[in-house]
Amino acid sequence: MKAFTYERASTAEAAAQAAAKNPGAKFIAGGTNLLDLMKLEIETPQHLIDVNGTGLDKIEAIPEGGLRIGAMVRNTDLAANETVRRDYGLLSRALVAGASGQLRNKATTAGNLLQRTRCPYFYDPNQPCNKRQAGSGCSAIGGVTRQLGVIGTSEACIATHPSDMAVAMRALDAEVETVKSDGSTRSIPMADFHRLPGDTPHIETVLEDGEFITAVVLPKPVGGKQIYRKVRDRASYAFALVSVAAVIQPDGRGRVAVGGVAPKPWRMEAAEAELAKGARATSGILLEGARPTDDNRFKIDLVERTLGAVIAEARG
Amino acid sequence: MQFDTPATTNPIDRMKVVGKPIHRIDGQSKTTGRAKYAYEWHDADIAYAYGYPVGSAIAKGRITSMDTSAAKAAPGVLAVVTTLDVGDLKKGQFNTASLFGGSQIQHYHQAIAVVVAETFEQARSAASLIKVDYAEEQGVFDLEVAAEKAVKPDESQQPDSAAGDFDAAFRAAPVTLDARYATPDQSHAMMEPHASIAAWNGDEVTLWTSSQMIDWWRGDFAQTLGIDKEKVHLMSPFIGGGFGGKLFLRVDAVLAAFGAKACGCPVKVALPRPFIANNTTHRPATLQRIRIGAERDGKITAIGHESWSGNLPDGSLETAVMQTRLLYAGENRMTAMRLAALDLPEGNAMRAPGEAPGLMALEIAIDEMAEKLGIDPIEFRIINDTQVDPENPERPFSHRDLIGCLKLGAERFGWDARKAPAARREGNWMIGVGVAAAFRNNLVLPSGARVRLGSDGIVTVETDMTDIGTGSYTIIAQTAAEMMGVNIDKVAVQLGDSRFPVSAGSGGQFGANSSTSGVYAACIKLREAVARKLGFNSADVVFEDGNVRSGNRTVPLAEAAGADGLVGEDTMTWGDLTETHQQSTFGGHFVEVGVDVATGETRIRRMLAVCAAGRILNPITARSQMIGAMTMGAGGALSEELAVDTRRGFFVNHDLAGYEIAVHADIPHQEVIFMDETDPYSSPMKAKGVGELGLCGVAAAIANAIYNATGVRVRDYPITLDKLIGGLPDVA
Ligand SMILES: Cc1cc2nc3c(=O)[nH]c(=O)nc-3n(C[C@H](O)[C@H](O)[C@H](O)COP(=O)(O)OP(=O)(O)OC[C@H]3O[C@@H](n4cnc5c(N)ncnc54)[C@H](O)[C@@H]3O)c2cc1C
Ligand code: SF4
Repeated sequence: MKAFTYERASTAEAAAQAAAKNPGAKFIAGGTNLLDLMKLEIETPQHLIDVNGTGLDKIEAIPEGGLRIGAMVRNTDLAANETVRRDYGLLSRALVAGASGQLRNKATTAGNLLQRTRCPYFYDPNQPCNKRQAGSGCSAIGGVTRQLGVIGTSEACIATHPSDMAVAMRALDAEVETVKSDGSTRSIPMADFHRLPGDTPHIETVLEDGEFITAVVLPKPVGGKQIYRKVRDRASYAFALVSVAAVIQPDGRGRVAVGGVAPKPWRMEAAEAELAKGARATSGILLEGARPTDDNRFKIDLVERTLGAVIAEARG
Repeated sequence: MQFDTPATTNPIDRMKVVGKPIHRIDGQSKTTGRAKYAYEWHDADIAYAYGYPVGSAIAKGRITSMDTSAAKAAPGVLAVVTTLDVGDLKKGQFNTASLFGGSQIQHYHQAIAVVVAETFEQARSAASLIKVDYAEEQGVFDLEVAAEKAVKPDESQQPDSAAGDFDAAFRAAPVTLDARYATPDQSHAMMEPHASIAAWNGDEVTLWTSSQMIDWWRGDFAQTLGIDKEKVHLMSPFIGGGFGGKLFLRVDAVLAAFGAKACGCPVKVALPRPFIANNTTHRPATLQRIRIGAERDGKITAIGHESWSGNLPDGSLETAVMQTRLLYAGENRMTAMRLAALDLPEGNAMRAPGEAPGLMALEIAIDEMAEKLGIDPIEFRIINDTQVDPENPERPFSHRDLIGCLKLGAERFGWDARKAPAARREGNWMIGVGVAAAFRNNLVLPSGARVRLGSDGIVTVETDMTDIGTGSYTIIAQTAAEMMGVNIDKVAVQLGDSRFPVSAGSGGQFGANSSTSGVYAACIKLREAVARKLGFNSADVVFEDGNVRSGNRTVPLAEAAGADGLVGEDTMTWGDLTETHQQSTFGGHFVEVGVDVATGETRIRRMLAVCAAGRILNPITARSQMIGAMTMGAGGALSEELAVDTRRGFFVNHDLAGYEIAVHADIPHQEVIFMDETDPYSSPMKAKGVGELGLCGVAAAIANAIYNATGVRVRDYPITLDKLIGGLPDVA
């Protein structure tokens, strides 16, 4: 870990301004990802802006319908919130499928969206990695890739985004609200929030330097059966090999986003039109053009099978 | 004392303290944080410095230069010691890979420097400033490739065995199996990382460390540093798990010593988690072939087991065929082990070395063979039970009750209810049950102890035995209490200090039986000293209720000790009973699993182990060993695998997020039953080891249960869902 200076910000605006004043600074929320990365010197901020005191820890109903989730709301609190459990069960289920109780107590809504990949080569500073060090090469390709992505990947990077929460947020059409260092605000649909790697895998979201997340907004509840099914090698404390977030309506229509397969939560509205036809048709379109490795080809089959189980469960 | 004739009645048979379910006597000090682990020793008057290791970024080659100038100039840095600075060092007797010194790189994350600073953070930060140039060489990292050129190692490793005519009998057998199995590299992944503090006083050094084997470490530490063994004082009273990973000297100790010398103050070094996979040792992967031929009535006529494993030059085999030499009858037999040259980190002992991966294969093969024969797998094992060493039939087992374990287990588990493969469904779960035999030899090593009787009546045991979480403190206290006729609260136990008599140490499930036997021997000496002091005839002296009695004279022990106290010291050594009699431990593992019909995820629903392992010294600590091992076996069956990058030559998943051991949610109700038995051939304690038995066979029982649930036979561990889903019913 490199030595760094540290300050606390008490408002979102102050946080964004502090970031503007300190190029290369990082916000620290729960620290459950950032600190690990700093210890390995994968992240080497010279300045940390602690945003835990910004007061953005509330979950509020929006008058015209929907829910505004403060950026600092802990994963545990969000999962346990009564409104979330009643109206957005998918989100609650995705959250409790992630990490461990201790981590969820610290992890925040914004931090979770911005957690970085779990590609093992990314975590080993001795190995070339385009995401860690732009242009150094990708050592995962041709190596151990069982956990890595099958679609949306590129020649430069085949890593996945590891969040469970983000997959549910994507299925629920959430929007990310931010404030930039100049004080301007914007709202970014989840669909656009994470970027595909292309030849710049080190750039993972559309956020600008120093842009600060203030909240995530959920639109009006969509009803339906909401199922989050996370598939993994052990029963807890493991990232998804594949996860399926689905909202299935009584008439068989619905939404599907998939985790564990791509650099972002993977959802294709065109695939959803096939839901009534079943899992095979839906996942066929969802994963069209997938480029798996020999190690992770099983994920294609696994998505289809898991989705099949989810649809069956929804039909009761 | 030499143990060379079977034990007769002795004071341990009273079983007033030994055999009782006594909670760990060190438990409270651990739960309250007073038990100090190696890194935690802290004397407020001493300024400790912190060392952080640097590991090689390549797997094979040579360091051509190192630039430490930036690291040396970094804030707080007191010293930097590199592998080039110290030059070639003598390797420890028990080490295969060189730990430190010289320019040669044998494996990834080999230690190449230590940075010592005032704080841990400063040392870690400065460590990344060292620039290293390498001349990299292409290594061999793929066992499948290397196995083609594998060789027969020297006879000291007992690579081959044979009896009868295997080839002819296998050809002639009406029912045969010829199958190949694979087990992956595994990491010890113990909770406490390797950690040491070294402090020099002139030419003498004190080392606080985390070691399973005090005397082995002491000797190899001295040899590596080029100093006299007598100059080393080593302390390791508490150890946060080892599983074999702390049997042999590790580099944290060496780096702490060099760092401390360089900066002139005590230095702490802990290995960062990623080092545990690639810097220390691991259980080597194996490729195995098993052939079994049998008559239609189930009698095995031919059994053959071959295994290939890899290691660095001078490394040893993973002895995966050993149990096959002893477990089942069959007149015609062969086993063979071959060693491939690999440039991966050193492979070495991990809990139940040999038997753990060997039984992972053999006990699937037995299940497969039983199915081919149409015989229940328990019945098939019973048909082929043997009461003698099948390769040397004149050698009987000292005591063998595998059949008892399997029968009792079948009854308790409800084995009768087992259905045909893929025939039981509960909702989305395909349910199956599996069984496997557990088998592990009972090893013994010489073990010494000193027992003091104080004027306060307190009995104090001193031995360099270690407690790696197993319960050594407690069973040693029970042994001394039984021998001296006192309550356990009148016994104090001090372990893990090289000033104490050399013990067996902890490993190979030899620790409990050997070390308590050493305490037994020392107590016999102390009893003689007490009797002598009181003028008693030692043959008819009784030690009971805190008193010593002879005829109608009774003296409180405290009084007998006198003002100066009394001491007994001895070492238990072993005659040839292990040669004349095959001594082993046995068990039956029973497992029920559910496999998700859509995703192929396996979740264990019940586990039962029934064990025959001689006298159980303490049912609480023995049960803990069993359920811990069964948990380890669950990880081994379902998720544990050090993933090898066969291009770059290292274990990629080198942290606890990537190397998936079983977590709480993976472990269901576990039941353990110990057969009520003693083995007078094993020791005066009539006990045997249980620390490894619980791991032996459990993974195969899980594999067999998965087969029973799904009809899919996987012979390549771990049994992850990608190996199953292709064979599961269509769900889409
Ligand atoms: C062992 C382990 C297992 C895990 N398993 C899972 C799992 O199964 N599923 C899963 O989904 N996750 C898992 N996680 C990841 C965990 O969910 C994330 O670490 C956590 O959500 C990150 O949140 P945080 O608040 O701690 O973020 P931090 O570590 O504080 O920050 C993460 C990033 O977000 C940035 N950031 C934080 N707040 C803001 C803001 N308001 N605006 C702009 N940028 C911001 C930081 O600068 C940093 O770059 C696991 C983590 C660990 C360590
Ligand atoms: S897949 Fe991406 S994260 Fe992994 S090594 Fe390649 S570039 Fe780095």
